[in-house]
Amino acid sequence: MFSRLIPVRSPNMLPDRDIDKSPILECIGVGINFGGLAAVEDFNIAIGRTEISGLIGPNGAGKTTVFNLLTKVYQPTKGTILLDGKDTHGMTTAQVNRAGIARTFQNIRLFGNLTVEENVTVAMDAQMTYNTLSGILRLPKFWKEERVAHERAMELLGLFNMQDMAGVKASSLPYGAQRRLEIVRALATNPSLLLLDEPAAGMNPSETAELMENIRKIRDVFQIAVLLIEHDMSLVMNICEGIAVLNFGRIIAKGTPADIQSDPAVIEAYLGKRKEA
Amino acid sequence: MEFLSYLVTGISLGSIYAIIALGYTMVYGIAKMLNFAHGDVIMVGGYVAFYATSFATGSLLGEDPSDGAVLLATLGSVLLAMLVCTALGVVIEGLAYKPLRSAPSLAVLITAIGVSYFLQNAAQLIFGAAPKNFTPVVSGQLTLFGGQLRISYIALLTVATCLVIMAALTTFINKSKLGKAMRACSEDKGAAQLMGINVNGTISMTFAIGSALAAIAGVLLCSYSPLLQPTTGSMPGIKAFTAAVFGGIGSVPGAFLGGLLLGIIESLAQAYISTQLSNTIMFAVLIVVLLVKPAGLLGKYVPEKV
Repeated sequence: MFSRLIPVRSPNMLPDRDIDKSPILECIGVGINFGGLAAVEDFNIAIGRTEISGLIGPNGAGKTTVFNLLTKVYQPTKGTILLDGKDTHGMTTAQVNRAGIARTFQNIRLFGNLTVEENVTVAMDAQMTYNTLSGILRLPKFWKEERVAHERAMELLGLFNMQDMAGVKASSLPYGAQRRLEIVRALATNPSLLLLDEPAAGMNPSETAELMENIRKIRDVFQIAVLLIEHDMSLVMNICEGIAVLNFGRIIAKGTPADIQSDPAVIEAYLGKRKEA
Repeated sequence: MEFLSYLVTGISLGSIYAIIALGYTMVYGIAKMLNFAHGDVIMVGGYVAFYATSFATGSLLGEDPSDGAVLLATLGSVLLAMLVCTALGVVIEGLAYKPLRSAPSLAVLITAIGVSYFLQNAAQLIFGAAPKNFTPVVSGQLTLFGGQLRISYIALLTVATCLVIMAALTTFINKSKLGKAMRACSEDKGAAQLMGINVNGTISMTFAIGSALAAIAGVLLCSYSPLLQPTTGSMPGIKAFTAAVFGGIGSVPGAFLGGLLLGIIESLAQAYISTQLSNTIMFAVLIVVLLVKPAGLLGKYVPEKV
C-alpha cells in the first residue's frame, strides 16, 4: 500500500552505520481539503527510526501543510498517521508532541521574552510531574525536578555550544543562534521524530555546513528520526537518506538522493517541461 | 500627619486594587481577553466568607470563643472562599470562555459582561438584595505619634497580604514550570502547544489563581467597607481593571504599581479635592497617562508592522 523511503548507503557521503529502518512514522493515504482545494492528497511515506529524510518540492507544494498534519495543527480529512505503530487520530497538538513528534518553524517562533534556558525547560513541561501547589509552596519535589530540568537544558544547549547564552532573552540572540535554539527546544520535548521546517533558511554556506553536521549529530546522539523540509538542494542531497518530492499536494517521486536527481518528473516539476525541438 | 494618614489609606486601598488587578492582568496576558466577570467573583468570595464566618460564630464556636478559635474560623472561611472562587473561576472559564477560544475578541468580551450580570443576579436571587453587614476579619488600630496617626490593623494586613502575594506570584511565574508555560502561552499559543504544553490547562490554571486572589480581595474589601451586596464587586472590579490598564495590562508588576497609584490618587483626591469627584479625577489621570504612555506605565508598546 505504501513504500518506504529507502536509505542511501553511499560511503563517501555518510559514515557506515546501521540505520534502523523499522518505521517510526507511517502515513497512509493522508490528505486534507481546504474547501474545494485538496492541499495534500494521498500522502504515503514511512520513515525509519534513525533515518534522516527530506521533503522537497516547489513553493506552495504543501510541504508545511504536511508538517501541520503530522503535528495535528490541522486534522487530516483522510488517511491514517501511525506514530510508532499507534494511530494518532483524534490527538491534539500537545498530545502528539508528547507522543514523540517535535518540530521547528519556517519563520522562527521562539518565546522571545523568555530566556534561552527557559525556552528549553518550558518544552520539558510534559516530563515534569510536580503540581502547581508544590510549585507555589516550593516543596522538595519542585527543587529536584527544576534542578534536573536545568541540568538537562544545559546539556542540550551544550550540543550547540550555547551554554553561555542560557540567561539571555531569546529575542536578543542573533539569527543563526535563534535557529539553533529552535532545534534545542524541539529536542527538549524528547521526541522520537524531529521535524525541521527549512532549517537552513537564511544561512550562509558555512552555517549550512555546520547545520548539516549538527543534524547528523542529533540523529547519532539521540538515535531519532529526522524529517526536514529544505530548499537548499546541496543540504538535502548530502544528508538525507531518503527523499520524497511533493508537487501540488501529491508525492511525485520517492527514493534515494541519486534516484531523485535523475527522476524526470522531479526535473519537470522544478524546471518545467523540456520543449520538444 | 493628616497627609500621612490619607497616604496610608490610599496604599491599603491600592493594595486591594492591586490584588484584583492581578486577576485581570494575568488572564489578559495569557488568554488575551478582558474578564469583566472578575469583579463579581470578588463579591462571591465576600458572600462565602460572610456565611462561613456567621456559621462558625453562630453554631461552631460557643458563647465565648477564645482568640485562637476565632482566628482559626476566620482563616477557615477565607480558605473556603478561595476554594469556592477557584472552582467558580475554572467553571466560568470552561463553560463560557473556552468554547469561544477562536471566536473574535468582541464575542468573548460580551460573554464576559454577560457572565458578570449573571453572577450579580444569581447572587441577588440566592443571597437577597438587602446588604449584609460583614464583620471585618480583624479590628482595632495602631496608634502612633501620640494619637496623631491611626492605622487600622486591617490596613496593615491588606498591605502585607498584597506584598506576600506579589512576591509569591512573581517567583511562581518566573521560576515554576506552570509560570513558564503561562509566559510561553502568552507569547505564542500555537508554538506552546507544539512543544507539548497543555494550553487549555494553562489557561484554566490562570483563571484558578486569579479567582483565588479575587476571594482574598473580596474578604479584605468587605472588611474595609462592610456592606456586602450583589453589586459590591462591580465598582472595585472596574477600578482594578483601570489599575491594570494604568500599569500596563499583561504586566504583573504593572498591576501592582497601577493598583497602588490608583488607591493613593483616589484617597488623596477624596481628602483634598472632593469626595464626589474622586472617581472623576482618578479616571482623568488614567486618560492623561494613556495619552502619554499608550501601553500603560510598565506595558510594552508594540508598534504594528506595516
